[in-house]
Amino acid sequence: MTAIEGDATEPTTGGPASDAETLLGFPVTRSCSQRVLHVPAEEWVATMWRLRDDEHFEMLTDLCGVDYLTHPGRSTLPPDVDPQRFEVVVELLSLSKTERLRVRTQLPAAAPTLPSLYEVWAAADALEREAADLYGITFEGHPDPNRILMPEDWEGHPLRKDYAVGRIPVQFKAPQAGRPRGR
Amino acid sequence: MTLDHATAATTGGPADDSFELGELPAPPRGVKSTELLRHPESVLRLSEEEAQAPADPDDPSDDETTIMNMGPQHPSTHGVLRLILELEGETVVRTKSVIGYLHTGMEKTGEELSYLQGPTNVTRMDYASPFSNELVFSMATEALLGIEVPERAVWIRMLMAELNRMSSHLLFLATNGMDLGAVSMMLYGWREREHVLRFFERVTGLRMNHNYIRPGGVAADLPPGWRDEVLALLETLPPRLDEYDVLMTGQPIWRQRTQGVGVIGAAEAMTLGATGPVLRSTGIPWDLRKTMPYLRYDELDFDVVVGTYGDTFDRYAIRLNEIRESIGMVHQIMDRIPAGDYRIQDKKVTPPPRGRIDESMEALIHHFKIFTEGFKVPEGEVYVAIESPRGELGCYIVSDGSPRPFRMHIRAPSFVNLGCLPHMMRGGLIADGVAIISSVDPIMGEVDR
Repeated sequence: MTAIEGDATEPTTGGPASDAETLLGFPVTRSCSQRVLHVPAEEWVATMWRLRDDEHFEMLTDLCGVDYLTHPGRSTLPPDVDPQRFEVVVELLSLSKTERLRVRTQLPAAAPTLPSLYEVWAAADALEREAADLYGITFEGHPDPNRILMPEDWEGHPLRKDYAVGRIPVQFKAPQAGRPRGR
Repeated sequence: MTLDHATAATTGGPADDSFELGELPAPPRGVKSTELLRHPESVLRLSEEEAQAPADPDDPSDDETTIMNMGPQHPSTHGVLRLILELEGETVVRTKSVIGYLHTGMEKTGEELSYLQGPTNVTRMDYASPFSNELVFSMATEALLGIEVPERAVWIRMLMAELNRMSSHLLFLATNGMDLGAVSMMLYGWREREHVLRFFERVTGLRMNHNYIRPGGVAADLPPGWRDEVLALLETLPPRLDEYDVLMTGQPIWRQRTQGVGVIGAAEAMTLGATGPVLRSTGIPWDLRKTMPYLRYDELDFDVVVGTYGDTFDRYAIRLNEIRESIGMVHQIMDRIPAGDYRIQDKKVTPPPRGRIDESMEALIHHFKIFTEGFKVPEGEVYVAIESPRGELGCYIVSDGSPRPFRMHIRAPSFVNLGCLPHMMRGGLIADGVAIISSVDPIMGEVDR
């Protein structure tokens, strides 16, 4: 497809590139010939600053969570990255270089926590709230860590793989007290 | 009537000419996003619980400002957008947009549907430009499959996408006019949009939610006589657009209501992730059709319409002129659309022709398999982005090798562009707020998904 950058001879499936490509010291893989950078959670914000200021990725276009509960042994990771249940996936866009970069990080099932990118790109505000709402990932330092799509008193995180579809009755708020009747 | 060219200049040219992006306001090293925003405090951070807590009537520190709720049933909020406004008199100080009233878990639904059923789901997200959603989902699936659709299908997709851009922008002009009191514009906009939708109905059978662009091509070939219908449409529109210019663009009232209202800067728009007309209104000629071409947009001759002031008028003028650009593009597409297959002849993806099912057991089984189990997509992940009428529409699919996406995420331009709203609203009047919401052109189906 013409939408995909890079040349067609690259391997189209995941896995490490032939000569173990790296960027800023982190492993890079190719998926459908798109570049994917794998950054550990503890280096998350520092790497993002370097990507914005040194690699000129001026825009954060997308951020979403993925729950790999039912598909743990994925082949799209480089060999030295330990797969975890949750991932946060970020799409960066460089207007000046006209290129994209995807950044993935692994988050453990027990405490999926990641520092917020709000100070690097303000676009992270709503996108991180969405990932927190639907996956239960905590973004530390986010200025408004409330639910965004679901009601604030909702229980559970709907996009998690163990959140069943159609088997949970719709949660309604407590009924309001009856209207006083006039006589 | 011509436009004020200081506010709606065009850049770019044919694809083979060098396209200059110009100076970009790159964020200075180490500068936080909050320092790039003119008023980072313009976002109201107020949880639902706090908003509903009764205020203490005796607290004097609470007398400076008023918290007011607007929506979700307010007619100017384009569906079910709710705003909590902090007002000082009639001036907006801080804004919080509350969304989720239309959230139906479409990304979760997308994990339950096969790749062939996927477009029926995504087409309902941005219901004003359904073809864009179908297109981005199909392109992502095709990238994972590693297939290329036939040339005719590519050009049909471009034809429908550009006609859809016209209908979507006409809807914008209609609602934008209505929100500012130009009620006749509402009637004109809907009338012209209906003309486009009638053509969509002829091709796909439906006015909206078409499920026409599918992985592997399009659902059906263009009907006989389609050229005449498109030509009739293309002849009707230009004089009508000139009429809108007379009705709105040059009108002093229109200009006073829109110029200098809801201003956003280029550096601000970039850190907020704004795309589409919102980003272009600040003077950055970023249009994925030109800067990162997909389909065959690199073979078309068109201009990227940009603004200068980043205000409501620029966003209006950009969309009006993008209709004109799309008209030119549809003319070129009609001249160049090749003959051939409208979907890929790959037995893995495409069901056999109806006639074969009557005579071949294998074809029957094959047909049954594709429509019950679906086709398997190799393991991998892909992000594909296109320029929808509202900005960068992206689709991120993770495949685990099964016939259903493991994860299907849509990067909705309206969702991200809504983040600009508090920054545009600050310091304006409530009545300006109505103009500003309309100028962002949010489609709530896409915001909430």
